[in-house]
Amino acid sequence: MSGAQPKSQQGAQNTLSNELFDVLVIGAGVVGCAMARRFTLEGAKVAIVEKASDILDGASKANSAILHTGFDAPVGSLELECIREGYREYEEIRDDLGLVQEKSGALVVAWTANELEKLEGIVTRAHQNGVTDVHFKDQDSLRQAEPNLSERALGAVKVPRESIIDPWSAPYVYLSQALENGAQVFLSCAVTGGTFDGQEWQLETGNGSLRARTIVNCAGLYGDLVDEAVLGKAEFKIAPRKGQFVVFDKAANGLVNSVILPVPTEETKGIVLFRTVFGNLVVGPTAEDQQSRTDVTTDSQTLKDLIGDAVAKIPGLSEMPVTAVYAGLRPASERKEYRVETLPERNWITVGGIRSTGLSASLGIARHVYILYESFGHKHQQLTAPEKPQANMLAQSGKRDWRRTGYGEIVCHCEMVTRREIEAALSGVLGARSIGGLKRQTRATMGRCQGFYCSARLAELTDGKFDLPMSEEFGHD
Amino acid sequence: MTSPVLNLATPIDVAIIGSGPSGLAAALALKAAGVDRIVVLEREQHAGGIPRSCGHLAFGLREFRRLLSGPDYSIRLVTQANKAGVQIHTQTTVTEALPNGVLTVLSQDGITQIAPRRVIYATGVRETPRSAQLISGARVQGVLSTGALQSMIYLKRRRPFVRPIVVGTELVAFSALMTCQHAGIRPVAMIESEQSATARWPCALYPRLMGIKLLTSTNLLEIKGNEKVESVVVVGPDEDPRKIDCDGVILTGKFTPESALARCGHLDVDPATGGPVVDQWGRCSDPSYFATGNLLRPVETAGRSWAEGRQTGQWVAQDLAGDLPKPAKSLSIVIRDSRLKYAMPQLIRQNGENGGMTNIQMRVTEPVSGTLVARTKNGPVWQRALNAQPERRVEIPIAEIVSQVVEDSVSFEMNMPAK
Repeated sequence: MSGAQPKSQQGAQNTLSNELFDVLVIGAGVVGCAMARRFTLEGAKVAIVEKASDILDGASKANSAILHTGFDAPVGSLELECIREGYREYEEIRDDLGLVQEKSGALVVAWTANELEKLEGIVTRAHQNGVTDVHFKDQDSLRQAEPNLSERALGAVKVPRESIIDPWSAPYVYLSQALENGAQVFLSCAVTGGTFDGQEWQLETGNGSLRARTIVNCAGLYGDLVDEAVLGKAEFKIAPRKGQFVVFDKAANGLVNSVILPVPTEETKGIVLFRTVFGNLVVGPTAEDQQSRTDVTTDSQTLKDLIGDAVAKIPGLSEMPVTAVYAGLRPASERKEYRVETLPERNWITVGGIRSTGLSASLGIARHVYILYESFGHKHQQLTAPEKPQANMLAQSGKRDWRRTGYGEIVCHCEMVTRREIEAALSGVLGARSIGGLKRQTRATMGRCQGFYCSARLAELTDGKFDLPMSEEFGHD
Repeated sequence: MTSPVLNLATPIDVAIIGSGPSGLAAALALKAAGVDRIVVLEREQHAGGIPRSCGHLAFGLREFRRLLSGPDYSIRLVTQANKAGVQIHTQTTVTEALPNGVLTVLSQDGITQIAPRRVIYATGVRETPRSAQLISGARVQGVLSTGALQSMIYLKRRRPFVRPIVVGTELVAFSALMTCQHAGIRPVAMIESEQSATARWPCALYPRLMGIKLLTSTNLLEIKGNEKVESVVVVGPDEDPRKIDCDGVILTGKFTPESALARCGHLDVDPATGGPVVDQWGRCSDPSYFATGNLLRPVETAGRSWAEGRQTGQWVAQDLAGDLPKPAKSLSIVIRDSRLKYAMPQLIRQNGENGGMTNIQMRVTEPVSGTLVARTKNGPVWQRALNAQPERRVEIPIAEIVSQVVEDSVSFEMNMPAK
């Protein structure tokens, strides 16, 4: 396929493509992937540029993997509109694209008398937000639904349609669908600047330039910097907020049925306990404001505190081993709302400040932005029969690759990842160029042994594929 | 060499999960005892277990009366099993263990269920990864366990770094040093949180021979780096954190049984050992299942695991012949002291008959010097002096305890003079 993965030795003066694109999307996170898909399906000629060698490498690489209903979103907000529309479209395309959705439901649990008093307000807000199936659960019915919760749980609000999804396979297939229907992706292309001549943009990247009529900035954690680099100023400032998580052993998965949410405070939605579609149980995130847009370090004491919080809520977790820990960054801005800024005279749209709801809202954001784009006066012919690629099936309940014949070998035993899956993930335009990319596409090494058994085989299978190799050959000594 | 298809039509007496030293020894012992229909199920490409990837001389004295490298040792074990007519199915994964010994088995031929009369778990141990140790810092490439390092170096002739730091001083850490030497890797230092090396002399001399600094009373605080390890921050006895430049971290030891099947299935698991709860015959909470070798507890040498596997094979043969006492009134062995790490077996069946393991195996979590006391709800019933270091064997004769106890539970604790 054309356009993928330019070599870094190409100079900045190079042209990445001679084509004039209708729309150029900056950033292949979950929002950018959904954006590229929406514009492509609407009939636009789309390019997407990403500074990392793999997609989903910024804020989208770590999150809570929950598809929200918007029950607790600010009333009347753009965020609520996009979450609701995102949820609707996710369900609409789910079966066509082979996406996963487990309607685990969520429970906003009150642990103190004070919190119990707040539950009524949460139900009211949910109903105002159009999520009308949200209802109160008293202590007895809560205990029946979640017998492993600590006895300190006093009551809860049930949100039946909150769902758990695969946070990587979904955006991968959004972008795959864009690519299969004509979009082009340019990886390892960090945006450095650009000029608009009144008709079209020339966007400069570290690996060459691209031409487009309209640009949609979905650069997430770097959204303000891209605006500054190209437009000269940004209307908002990204204020990264780190969230650390602890993943428990799969044996813990059966301890809860629903997503267990705390009663939120003014500052944060708080620490959540959630199952994943991969079969783990996770506690997190913390909310730590920081300057760095890259620092996803984890901290021993914070992780211990998270485990303590989880054990207090589910005593049965005290004897569960930890499988993994991770941290992610929310691309929050200095304000609490989404920052969608339009410059119609310059054919520019910035989608910024998509703090913690990007995964849920991305499809809705893409539709919202397409409508804004049309309001600039652009019009395309919608595709009538678009290609429908199938998402990777990595959910425990799904028909994983190992259940099909001809899988080659089981490479990662903990997560049952096959050689066929690894080889597929390493090939094609979106082929993994880093161990992180490979993990997101296959789950290799993400299980309880964290690579004890399979690192050597993976080092061999990925030889020559990664920018930063897992290993090098050595001679006889 | 391997039989490709699991034949459902042929009844299976015993299925052994895992083809390391304990699994293969169990298979041989079963054969020797006249149990004929045995299958060994191995998920890896090749049989032999962990020693396969441990290229230096450290194996075989007990089993073959000569010093062998891990790969040579594995080949001998596998050849011996093959000669005895044991069917080893490689690339065969047990995906589910169900009540009464029913196993769901995946191979290239598809997914099938088998119902052997008995199952022996011999799935061994692995090292605790960085994540489960909650080590602070950046999530970067270049942090490996010894096991992963050895597989890379001895099986694939590839190396992940050239100047790593080695964390820990259990026996396996010195195996890691030898592995590094083989691949031209020069560790920058070896650190140990205790005051002295965990493994016995003369291992502790080895780093000095290699010119590697051994820093005791030193903890790893943080791993730093952008995409790859660039340095670590450690803190020593002077309590002054300092940075050590390196390009990798080898996390050695802190073994934990590979008990995923038991954990996610129906068997009782002991959080202290990390393995299934067993009685003195290695029998699990579902008496169709037995466990053996390092799955029982972390961690023993290949030789010891082999000897345990052989015994377990004999006990399972006895069980199939109806000669093993049925699960009956049992005595629970409980640890009630944070300085004691675990006790195995966790249950002793008091049938008034002897047999099975002769000792309770125990480990301490920190150096101890004092009296080990066993007590029931009615008071102390047994005691003995104990001076022990972490990861050293502590063995308590089962007969001594059983003869003193009529209750259904006995707990162990340390009495130590105040410092």
